[in-house]
Amino acid sequence: MTTDRTNAAPPAEGGAAPRPAPDATADEKELRRRRRRSWRYRMDTKASPYGFVAPFFLFFGAFGLFPLLFTGWAALHRVRLQNPGEMEWAGLHNFTRLLSDEFFWNALANTFTIGILATVPQLAMALGLAHLLNYKMRGQNFFRVVMLTPYATSVAAATLVFAILYGRDYGMINWALDLVGINPVDWKNNTWASQIAISTIVIWRWTGYNTLIYLAAMQAVPRDLYESAALDGASPWKQFLHVTLPSLRPTILFTVVVSTIGATQLFGEPLLFAGSPSGGNQNQYQTLGLYMYEMGWMNFNLGRASAIAWSMFLLLILIGLAYWAVSKWITRSTGGRRSSR
Amino acid sequence: MRTTPRTRMTRRAAVGTAAMMLAVTACSSSDSGGGDDGGQITLTVGVFGQFGLEEAGLYEEYMELNDNIVIEQTSVQENSDYYAALLTRLPTGSGLMDIQAVEVGNIYEVTNELGQYFVDLNDYDVDTGHFMDWKAAQATSEDGRVVGLGTDTGPMGLCYRTDYFEEAGLPTDREEVSELWAGSWEDYIATGEQFMSDGPDDVKWVDSPGGVFNAVVNGYEERFYNAAGEVSYKESQGVSDAWDIAMRAVDGEMTTKQAQFTPDWERSVANGDFATISCPPWMLGYIADKSGDAGKGLWDYAAAPQPGNWGGSFLTVTEASQHKEEAVKLIEWLTAPEQQVRLFTERGSFPSSEEAIANSEDEIQGVTHDYFADAPIGELFTQAVDGIPTLIVGPRDQVIQEGLANGLLAADTQGLDGDEAWDATVRSIDNALDD
Repeated sequence: MTTDRTNAAPPAEGGAAPRPAPDATADEKELRRRRRRSWRYRMDTKASPYGFVAPFFLFFGAFGLFPLLFTGWAALHRVRLQNPGEMEWAGLHNFTRLLSDEFFWNALANTFTIGILATVPQLAMALGLAHLLNYKMRGQNFFRVVMLTPYATSVAAATLVFAILYGRDYGMINWALDLVGINPVDWKNNTWASQIAISTIVIWRWTGYNTLIYLAAMQAVPRDLYESAALDGASPWKQFLHVTLPSLRPTILFTVVVSTIGATQLFGEPLLFAGSPSGGNQNQYQTLGLYMYEMGWMNFNLGRASAIAWSMFLLLILIGLAYWAVSKWITRSTGGRRSSR
Repeated sequence: MRTTPRTRMTRRAAVGTAAMMLAVTACSSSDSGGGDDGGQITLTVGVFGQFGLEEAGLYEEYMELNDNIVIEQTSVQENSDYYAALLTRLPTGSGLMDIQAVEVGNIYEVTNELGQYFVDLNDYDVDTGHFMDWKAAQATSEDGRVVGLGTDTGPMGLCYRTDYFEEAGLPTDREEVSELWAGSWEDYIATGEQFMSDGPDDVKWVDSPGGVFNAVVNGYEERFYNAAGEVSYKESQGVSDAWDIAMRAVDGEMTTKQAQFTPDWERSVANGDFATISCPPWMLGYIADKSGDAGKGLWDYAAAPQPGNWGGSFLTVTEASQHKEEAVKLIEWLTAPEQQVRLFTERGSFPSSEEAIANSEDEIQGVTHDYFADAPIGELFTQAVDGIPTLIVGPRDQVIQEGLANGLLAADTQGLDGDEAWDATVRSIDNALDD
């Protein structure tokens, strides 16, 4: 198709520019050829874009949409990992049972609390750090790269190191707490302590990433806004509050959405924290992702696991809708300000 | 070849998972069986952990004996990862090895519910007469199909620290120590109570409540399933006794409050935080590895209060294999008495073959363990085999056992009382088993 393109729009001879009067010999053949060319040209402009995006959609269909739909289908059946071909219709049983499944609600609550514990401090810190990095300073690039290193670390490596730091009897964190006279904390068995510990891993890994996104957005804020604010006598804090933050709103929304999706799907950190998909001996930090994994790959119950997977999917859709509503509201309010500028 | 309950994945879990991923990709590209390469036959073997066959040089020897055979082994660190991957591949028949190892915790399911995916060894005239009866029975289905040949067994003893025992005024000689609790786990706990009051302050009696539970429950014929094949852990005498003994250890603050095989647990082994631990043969190597030079000569090995088996594995041949006959020959050779003896002398995995123990009595009896004060482990394990009950195994043994160990650990670390912990455990197990 790409080679046709040059044919379709030849620069000199066949172009759309007014051409010299046709030779007497320029017969029907030439005309037909032109017509065919222009048909190909039309097809090219109309169809090619679809051709170019097709690979993505084919892959998405095979590895995204089909598994999604099939998971939904499996969720309506009794299926076991030992014999996935044998499906017995169960209707909505796998879903309705979730309503009274204390382990599901526990996992949902854990996902929510760990999500809050991880996301809020993470984004707040990222905002502050981005603000600091936005000042002119020596070694800017160095600091920016350092910010991003945790993000480049693998979940497994980071979690395993944190799991050692958070050891109850020989962990460095308890050792440090002991130095200042605080009793050792059982980071793996205590509910809140374990959730906080897992949140710190998430925070450690993702703060730098969000910082850089905020930093990029901050650098796009026009300087003159700060200058006029300074002229009006606004302190740096007031400038941050009234110039930086409002300009960053869409970016903040973006990071919140991404972090929420990440939090809902949280899996690697709690799995590797103590190396078990049960998320603590009383499931004290079992997230939805872990519960799904445990149901499918430890209890071998694919039907129930699929139902949990779909519940997570529906949950994400709900969250997505909520954010969409918020973003509409935000663009409306910032849109008004922009037009007044 | 140890039981690696899934709640006790070690920090190598990540490595294991990664290895599994690799195995998945590797195997999807090269279908099972390998190819014939100018008369060469490649046999693939899937195992978990440090299985020992390769380490003991058995593959090498077999390849020397059989020029046309090449053996390739793929190992996944954790059995729970290994088994989950095996399960996903069996129904499709792709990505399977010619030979797959199966842990005792999974053997019932493999034999009875997944039996159609494995070769019935009766068709190949395999001699299974030399195995211990209970070991052979575990890999035989109700309709008489034999799908696996036993590799090792886990006759259990108790490892103890002589230095701590001395400090607590307890005997240190292994025979006298065995006498302390001969025949009764109650006495073992009572000795623990004495140890806690007289022994060193910062040392606990035992490593984990789950370890105590396992050791006790494996001495009973009926544990989690009854003879009719129904889930019966709520009523079984074994579970109730084991739970009570373990709860006594919990209530007496006698454990280091760890889950076995976690990194924290390994550190408590390395630092010598406890005085006793249930010791199947494979545990000796574990302790020697983790404690290193610091613990050398301080450990010794005594008899357990009651005989029991913990761990041990089987080798199977998959139906999907392209070289069933050769694969069957290989597992028959690998599990033959001579090779089992070698696996013991080289790796400490105790034979599952009665004939191996009888024929090579001198060789086996002569084996000592220098790390454990030169304990005559050959002799001690042979004694420990006596009276091991034929466990009734069931498809979900692993899930039930881990649920119970989890409940005990919760009682130990989160201050639940025995009844609360039991209720929570039952709810959790029932949820896991529910269809």
